Amino acid sequence: MAQAVPVRVRPSAPYNGGFDMLQTYLPVLCFIVIGCVFGLGPIILGWLVGPKRPNKAKLAPYECGFEAFEDARLPFDVRYYLVAILFIIFDLETAFLFPWAVALRKIGIVGFSAMMFFLLILVVGFIYEWKKGALEWE
Amino acid sequence: MFDSIFAIIWIFIKIIAIVLPLLLCVAYLTYAERKVIGYMQGRIGPNRVGILGLGQPFADFLKLLCKEIIIPSASNRYLFIIAPILTIAPALAAWSVIPFSQDIVLANVNAGVLFIFAMSSLGVYGVLIAGWASNSKYAFFGALRAAAQTISYEIAMGFALVGVLLAAGSVNLQEIVLAQQGGLWHWYWLPLLPLFVIFWIAGMAETNRAPFDVAEGESEIVAGFHVEYAGMSFAVFFLAEYTSMILISILTVLFFLGGWLSPFEGIPGLQTAFAFVPGFVWLVIKTCFFLLLYLWIRATFPRYRYDQIMRLGWKILIPVALLWVIVVSAAIICKIGPWFS
Repeated sequence: MAQAVPVRVRPSAPYNGGFDMLQTYLPVLCFIVIGCVFGLGPIILGWLVGPKRPNKAKLAPYECGFEAFEDARLPFDVRYYLVAILFIIFDLETAFLFPWAVALRKIGIVGFSAMMFFLLILVVGFIYEWKKGALEWE
Repeated sequence: MFDSIFAIIWIFIKIIAIVLPLLLCVAYLTYAERKVIGYMQGRIGPNRVGILGLGQPFADFLKLLCKEIIIPSASNRYLFIIAPILTIAPALAAWSVIPFSQDIVLANVNAGVLFIFAMSSLGVYGVLIAGWASNSKYAFFGALRAAAQTISYEIAMGFALVGVLLAAGSVNLQEIVLAQQGGLWHWYWLPLLPLFVIFWIAGMAETNRAPFDVAEGESEIVAGFHVEYAGMSFAVFFLAEYTSMILISILTVLFFLGGWLSPFEGIPGLQTAFAFVPGFVWLVIKTCFFLLLYLWIRATFPRYRYDQIMRLGWKILIPVALLWVIVVSAAIICKIGPWFS
């Protein structure tokens, strides 16, 4: 297994625009590249090795043996949109909570009460959408 | 100049040293799944290829390799090819910040948890694009269901993570594990018990595993978003799913079960008796337990209905997680021991 080389910003070093901090992300970038290679590689390999004998029935969209009745891009239930919108609100909330959670010991009781007030507003909204039936999937 | 080229080659060697064992684990996880579920149902599972059927994953790989890659004529070709790559790249990339032991980590970034959270969110794009590009009704419904389910459980998972960050006071994965030092009772599974359970359930739903596998639902929408995929393009989806399973298991261990820390810490006698076991072994043992739990749950529970999944996510997991985040933060402000003092 590979040994880690922790890159630390030396306090005596002159500020260089956060380059040292960014350097720790270089392996991450390389890993994303490798991830794409491991996705594309097998597909190319399979395309090279596998047979290529297409016919019309094989290339038709699967619909239990029937020919497709209509285009698959049908209008769908509006509740999927609703879930997506609610998700944005709550995901933003977690994005606010992350830095607050890490800093809570430093910001103390003031930071705690500020976030509780923020959560209170959100919980009121959450109860409202619950009562309105936005979370029902009958 | 040569230094930096050498450094980059060295990084790639390290990445391969993580990815290849990982893919081997994926191969044997599929074998273990069939074997374990087989025994749970009074069958013996695969036993033909090699001793005890140990060659089965490779036979499967060869079979998939020799299958035709079908690109349906009605599909959007490029999106259709890109979708599996978009699924596996984030599932693999998340492994770059995972610490395997006290000092074995590829990229010890400060915002490790944030990065993993981002990568697991990106996975939904691959599924959604696959379903859309296939231009097939089953694929489309599967993708819609999967997307709505994944984003719903991501909220609960995010809240569970906020609890961990509160308790550890850091976003760095190594520091989160080291903050749990002090033996079995100091690991976060105990003070964050509801969040531990929520994280695990949300993790299962994120990976679209049984009993939350309505996105694939063999018996209703045949295979959901990847119904049109065949051969290796299907195998890549499969690979991504199992990589995510291992990732969720190892994350649960890192966040709530002390990562590589020995469970015998602080117990006189046992601590010294087991001091020779390297941390990596503990990490593997704990992760394997959660992988077994995945299979166990799949063999035990029937599939949820879609409305039940959404109700569990929105009406139970999110309120409970939110409540427990408030409890934990109040405990930290009041310095309630022994965990938050």
